[in-house]
Amino acid sequence: MSHPFTIVHPGTGSDATPVTPRNVPVHGGPVSVSAAAVEARFPGAVSRVVVARGETTVIVSAAKVHEIIQWLHDEPAQSYEYLSDVTAVEFRDLSQPLEVVWHLRSLRFRRFIRVKVQIVKGQKLEVPSVWDIYKGADWLERECYDMFGIKFAGHPDLRRILLWEQYKEGFPLRKDFPLRGRFSRSEQLKNALSANPESRYSMEELSIADAFEDLPADMRKRLSGGEKTGE
Amino acid sequence: MGLNGAEFAGHGPATEMVHMDARPGESWVTTKLDFLVNWGRANSLWPMPFGTACCAIEFMASAASKYDLARFGMERMAFSPRQSDVLICAGRVPFKLAPIIRRIWQQMPQPKWCISMGACASTGGMFDNYAVVQGIDTIIPVDVYVPGCPPRPEGLIYGIMMLQKKIMNERNAQAGIRDEMSPDPISKLYIPASRIDELSEPFGNSVHQTRSAP
Repeated sequence: MSHPFTIVHPGTGSDATPVTPRNVPVHGGPVSVSAAAVEARFPGAVSRVVVARGETTVIVSAAKVHEIIQWLHDEPAQSYEYLSDVTAVEFRDLSQPLEVVWHLRSLRFRRFIRVKVQIVKGQKLEVPSVWDIYKGADWLERECYDMFGIKFAGHPDLRRILLWEQYKEGFPLRKDFPLRGRFSRSEQLKNALSANPESRYSMEELSIADAFEDLPADMRKRLSGGEKTGE
Repeated sequence: MGLNGAEFAGHGPATEMVHMDARPGESWVTTKLDFLVNWGRANSLWPMPFGTACCAIEFMASAASKYDLARFGMERMAFSPRQSDVLICAGRVPFKLAPIIRRIWQQMPQPKWCISMGACASTGGMFDNYAVVQGIDTIIPVDVYVPGCPPRPEGLIYGIMMLQKKIMNERNAQAGIRDEMSPDPISKLYIPASRIDELSEPFGNSVHQTRSAP
């Protein structure tokens, strides 16, 4: 395709004019056509399809999720070109599996689909990264790692994004994390104050990488050694 | 000099502090040096706004034309700590910002003061959680606390006038009045750890909000 998608003006294209959905049932309702397409394309990978409040959720296996999202992105009939969110859910009922959630949107077809992977308790918290499909997944996956401790295999720079890198107390949105943190207030303040506020930026964030070739040789040597900026 | 009692209105018994002799041709004034210096400082406080949350919106309203902080000699917002006199911390301070506000405070030259604006900056407010500092007085010394969530501009202006009164009552010859805080080199705390734990004790119903594993 020369264009990523063709603009559909309301009432002129194949899609009808968008209307506000009314009287949407809490459970059940029409299933998104993409869900059936995924089931047909990847037999055995979809464990369940749930429709809640008019939105379709496809629960898939962790081994196939990258392939499925890649297909949803690439397939012209699906064309999910926008990744709204990557997040996770842990339930208060600790026997329930932890869920990693991808929210995909097709601007072309005005469709939404939610892809979930369930990680049974006790299993390794690792799912494939979709950074190679959607570059916007970079910070979303870092946030998810920061808050839940979920590893995204294939992410280029997986480290904390909201909390500082030396944060020692764990992953705050996990249910075993106490609301006030694990340490006493003085201990938390001690840890926070000993952090160097300038050390948490990577070379990429400082855009030095762009000008790397133009830098003097000694500076290049220093930076390629992984040295952090700041004092 | 064009000083007269009316210009000192609001700063105590001004007419007693300034003595004028207006003989024709050789007008002169006597006053205490402390009074003159403090008067100058109190009426030209340059704020360093440290706005992190909704309190900063009220701070902007205070600085805008209706409430007009310029009336208090504060029209110049110093966005460099090197050229400011009063740090106004408007909003909650997460632990990630703790070293930053500490450094901004250390970069400010003496004389300097600090206003903690709003419930979150003063106590952590409703954010009694893992991420938020329970009162910036655990990081830097604070002169005036302004309560409110967020405080109205009148509240902030009242706090500023309280600070002006405090400045007017300073004695510059007093030993230690301009001492910098000296944080412990290892822990970086400037008050004892036990005091910080005491200051940030849980209060209200927030004790019941702690969710931990069963």
